[in-house]
Amino acid sequence: MHLILFFLFAGFCLAGAINLLVQSHPINSALSLIVVMTSLAVLYLLLGAEFLAAAQIIVYAGAVMVLFTFVVMLLNAGREERTMGSRVARAVGFPAVVVLFAIAATVILNTRQMGVAALSDGITTVDDLSRVLFHELLLPFEVTSVLILIAILGAVALARHGHGEPDGESERTVGK
Amino acid sequence: MSSLFSQEVPLIFYLLLSAALFALGIVGFLIKRNLITVFMSIELMLNAVNLSFVTFAHQWHQVRGQIFVFFVMMVAAAEAAVGLAIIIAVFRARATLAVDRIDLMKL
Repeated sequence: MHLILFFLFAGFCLAGAINLLVQSHPINSALSLIVVMTSLAVLYLLLGAEFLAAAQIIVYAGAVMVLFTFVVMLLNAGREERTMGSRVARAVGFPAVVVLFAIAATVILNTRQMGVAALSDGITTVDDLSRVLFHELLLPFEVTSVLILIAILGAVALARHGHGEPDGESERTVGK
Repeated sequence: MSSLFSQEVPLIFYLLLSAALFALGIVGFLIKRNLITVFMSIELMLNAVNLSFVTFAHQWHQVRGQIFVFFVMMVAAAEAAVGLAIIIAVFRARATLAVDRIDLMKL
């Protein structure tokens, strides 16, 4: 059962990721990314991380991707134009990706210590997670909330029109 | 119950999937020509790394690996909010989303 579920959702994941690359319309890419994230949530659940599976769906597939689709629709992003990109990307980038994946795969396949995952392994409950999070890692947690606050303020300040200057000002300085 | 139904999955499969997703994210970063889609590729890479974290947390029976994923998610959410605000500001200034035309800082 575990094996079937793994291959099913790993297949969804890879198909969604490849679809993200081949689609030329941003909204289709966004929808395939939602498929990837939801499949990853199922894989988290298979690994026993029930809280992360829920957070993955709520935060990623919910909040972040809604933001993405909202921006795609707000900016009316059309079909992207196909260019060949930069020479450096072709000459260095793609061989580097192949080499990186080859090295990672070799290292992973040569690892002898990795165990197996079974559905009977039990799940990490929110109880276990919050005990560590709120006892030992309380300071990073609180710092993260400050980070979120700063991010909200930064997003509002960046997206606000004109940054409080006269209308043409920002376009003159930025869009030279 | 057949053997397929009581199968265990080697954690190596999860790591390989994570590496493949990360590589696809880099490829997307290189070949996509739309600012928003490039940003989506970065999110894909973040998710691939998260899968590695969860796998290792399962392997070593450590809760901290999962908590790290929790923090990565929070930072990614903040990053998405700021990044998309920057994309809106760029679009307002240059009226394009094509990365080839946003080249003010290019040498």
